[in-house]
Amino acid sequence: MRRERLSVLANGAVGPYTLLRLRRGGIDPGVPGQFFMLEAPGRLLPRPMSLCLAPPRELAFLIDPIGPGTRALCALEAGDELHVLGPLGNGFELDVDRPLLVGGGIGIAPLPYLSERLGAPPAVLGFRSDWHAEAAALVPSAQVCVEPTLVTELIPKGLDVLACGPEAMLAAVRALAPDAQVAWEAPMACGYGACYGCAVELDGRLKRLCVEGPVLRAA
Amino acid sequence: MLLNASGCLDALAAPDVARALDAFVTKTVTPLPRDGNTPVRIAETDVGMLNSIGLANPGIDRFLTRYLPQLELLGVPLWVSVGGFETNDYAEISSRLDDYSTVTAIELNVSCPNVEAPAESAAQIVAAARLATRKPLWAKLSPAVPDIAEVARAAQAAGADGLSLVNTIRGLKLDERTLRPVLGPGQGGLSGPALKPIALAAVATCYRATELPIVGMGGIRNGLDALEFVAAGAQHVAVGTTLFADPDAPARIRMELHAAARQRGWNTYEDAYAAAHEELLSLRTT
Repeated sequence: MRRERLSVLANGAVGPYTLLRLRRGGIDPGVPGQFFMLEAPGRLLPRPMSLCLAPPRELAFLIDPIGPGTRALCALEAGDELHVLGPLGNGFELDVDRPLLVGGGIGIAPLPYLSERLGAPPAVLGFRSDWHAEAAALVPSAQVCVEPTLVTELIPKGLDVLACGPEAMLAAVRALAPDAQVAWEAPMACGYGACYGCAVELDGRLKRLCVEGPVLRAA
Repeated sequence: MLLNASGCLDALAAPDVARALDAFVTKTVTPLPRDGNTPVRIAETDVGMLNSIGLANPGIDRFLTRYLPQLELLGVPLWVSVGGFETNDYAEISSRLDDYSTVTAIELNVSCPNVEAPAESAAQIVAAARLATRKPLWAKLSPAVPDIAEVARAAQAAGADGLSLVNTIRGLKLDERTLRPVLGPGQGGLSGPALKPIALAAVATCYRATELPIVGMGGIRNGLDALEFVAAGAQHVAVGTTLFADPDAPARIRMELHAAARQRGWNTYEDAYAAAHEELLSLRTT
């Protein structure tokens, strides 16, 4: 892991979300599903964000402005600077035969980079509204559904599922595809194993998501 | 010395961060393994953060067989934080640590706000641990008491070699929308900048009450914060919440601390020790 101060190239709306594009500096983009701690201007703690896109010399993050930290990140302007630490945690295993990407809401964040690394495999994405579904444009070959249709209704059998989304969606995905690789989410203070804050109970065990995840395969 | 606050660093997950410290303080070890509290365990507040981890740790047996040998390889002096639910827990663990030459000090966590507090007083716990080990004993105290000077004097009389000041104090954050507690267990320990003036007061009070060596901590984010703790009467300082935002904080704060001392006319930061008590010091010398 490495911590650097990076400058903002652009910050643009994608539906209700914001795509924050940073100059990459000396930071490695890592494997899809890994994450970075982004300094949230004016806040005490940084915010964990998985990498959305890794164009040359850039790192891009898709951010949902749901609280004071993410709102501050979405309000950054070109030329602003922020500390970035990463890459952190364990990403997706890319050595899969028949990948299918499954995403829900802001959980699609790591899928554009994952899709690029896997050669644009099929993807199914679910959103709560057409406005939120505008983010689907970031993922090539995506089949999109909007509530009340659920993304789990679109998952064919026999594929290697790589998923990220809200907890209820991930639980449903695991019921359909027990071998799925699933990226989880939890509030995190540090991102590198120090605070023990991001523990989540999975299969009856508490796991520190930042060092054991965020991508986990079912036990 | 610059240390980490207990529970704010996993030296095995981030060895380079631990090596940047003068000593590494472990997460609190209890007699039996503990999974810790139900998530959600952390929440940011306006000027601090709340945590309710609940002393998650492998228990003393696995700590000694699995973790301590790996920690010894770091080449950093080790302080072991000890916790428990009755006096005997502290004595038992202290006694078992006594044989390990790589453990340079024991910090007695008598003040975790996130688990049921031991009914016994800090002084009773220190006294029991004192009988169980020859190692230096540092009592980690809570500032959330009516008179911390009294607690500090009692810990000193019971055989404490130093004081770690301060532990977090209990706080509550409610979800803006649902008005329910954000943390799984409800309340948690408040740390970060919100704690700094409270911690400084505790350090100054205990310095005057005991003149024991003190590790000052609570909201230290930069070298000037650290220097304030030294001036209030802390020989050593520790960083906690700041490590979460900046794993490079130890080296940075060390540099800033020296610079902040020099800017104020001291050769080293040690020269600023207890400078806030100058009036008291000059009274004593006359």
